[in-house]
Amino acid sequence: MATKAEQLGIAVERAKLPGFGVRQEFTCQIGRRVGVITLKNGHRQLAVYDERDPDAVLASVELNENEATLLAELLGAPGAVERLSRLQEQVEGIITANIPIAPGSPYDGKSLGDAAIRTRTGASVVAVFRGDEVIASPRPAFVFQADDRVVAVGTEQGVHGAYQILTSG
Amino acid sequence: MHVSATAQLLLELGAVIFGLGLLARFASRFGLSPIPLYLLAGLAFGAGGFAPLDAPDGFFESGSEIGVILLLLMIGLEYTAGDLVENLRTQAPAGLLDLLVNGIPGVLFALVMGWDATACVAMFGITAVSSSGIASKVLTDLGRLGNRETPAVLGILVLEDLAMALYLPIVTALAAAGAGVSAVKAVLIALAVLAAVLFVAIRYGRLVTALVSHSSNEILLLRLMGLALLVAGVAEAAHVSAAVGAFLLGIALSTDVAERAYAILEPLRDIFAAVFFVFFGLSTDPSQLPSVLLPAAVLALVGVVTKMVTGWIAGARAGVYRPARIRAGAALLPRGEFSIIVAGLVAAGTTDKLAPTAAAYVLILAVVGPLAPRLLEPLARRLGTVRLDEAAAPSVAGD
Repeated sequence: MATKAEQLGIAVERAKLPGFGVRQEFTCQIGRRVGVITLKNGHRQLAVYDERDPDAVLASVELNENEATLLAELLGAPGAVERLSRLQEQVEGIITANIPIAPGSPYDGKSLGDAAIRTRTGASVVAVFRGDEVIASPRPAFVFQADDRVVAVGTEQGVHGAYQILTSG
Repeated sequence: MHVSATAQLLLELGAVIFGLGLLARFASRFGLSPIPLYLLAGLAFGAGGFAPLDAPDGFFESGSEIGVILLLLMIGLEYTAGDLVENLRTQAPAGLLDLLVNGIPGVLFALVMGWDATACVAMFGITAVSSSGIASKVLTDLGRLGNRETPAVLGILVLEDLAMALYLPIVTALAAAGAGVSAVKAVLIALAVLAAVLFVAIRYGRLVTALVSHSSNEILLLRLMGLALLVAGVAEAAHVSAAVGAFLLGIALSTDVAERAYAILEPLRDIFAAVFFVFFGLSTDPSQLPSVLLPAAVLALVGVVTKMVTGWIAGARAGVYRPARIRAGAALLPRGEFSIIVAGLVAAGTTDKLAPTAAAYVLILAVVGPLAPRLLEPLARRLGTVRLDEAAAPSVAGD
């Protein structure tokens, strides 16, 4: 499956920052470089590089998780994040959870349809994070893999049920 | 007024720790590391200093041991075994060069001063290894985490930490054994124990994690602290150095527990690390300082040049332009906790000039270190303004 960057034909340079996190950056059409550093605590640093010295950050802003989500939304990011927050706005008492598929989980290698989460718990699986990718609105044929993170939305009870199903069957 | 021993202990301890708080505030105001000020405070309060203390000596001694263990445990927590292996694969030439270029001047210095073999080995580590604590803080403070030379800088710091896991046991064994055949034997035993602990840390990291992890912060803290002291104690008994045991424990813990543990331990580390630096100052004779100041300053100057060389070469390998190579060197300048740890390990078993020399060396480079990246910026700018068309299409494959 192609990543977003590949689909758009932009080369994203990725570098690990041991002890801190990961830096990803790209060069814009106008020649300026823009980067995002994902820190271990989930915060993001938005960095704009110097025109005269492309190795140096000219200015950077640290954003917490909510601010990063907001910025992504303001920039017009479609997909799971927006859907999630819209859901949260619509219904009080709705929660979301990020459920990891541990290696050895009964659904590692099984499909979303097999889990029948909506039928059994009322909660919906709205997205799956796999590595750097987001698979929004997975179909019933979607097959889970170890280390996927499953975003489920529903009532507290429903989400708890989904968690039980995905971790212990 | 009659003051009981307990009251005296509390008063002196309170005054020292509060004083350290003031010093740290002063340092952070000027963007400096508090380490040199902690060392100076220790020198001032020690025997022969301006205001010798007597009561809290025992506290400072045990506190200092715990400080070293926490410092190294938390360095270990920052990395995973995967990070170490990956950096070893990609950055090994730069890391090796860094150690040699920066360590050899230390050895030569010890030879010129006519010191013994233990001091030669110790001076290698004292001059070779940058302070990852100060360097990381400066990179964060100056907003340079995103800079394209930063992965190379951090890679070198990681490799130095890894090299230290091999180096500290050697120094500890040497210090414990003295010269001759017994030293070789002690080093071999230390390395065998190190290999065993490393194997357990990498292979059975999950089990180790399960041993400490718990949803309650209190339980996690107590288990982790207890396990760290136990591992450190075993390591120390085998002359592997307590600090290395703690470092490997940190590596073994899996990322999610490590992150929580990091947050929980940070305040403890801050207080005991401060105690560690003060204790080193306390146990160093300040009257020796003036006589070693000049040689230490020369050594520090060499240490600046050699780190700049390292940064330049590491930057070139990473495919960054000249200003960034200057910045990489400047970021690597500070020496700090590690140099003091090495000096503390061997101080009792070698020339009494070693500890004051290390203190002076760190005093200079822990002050120069955080200032250099700021001061060298104009030079970096002048050295090479990269033309925009050249910059827009970077042809070198970095990272």
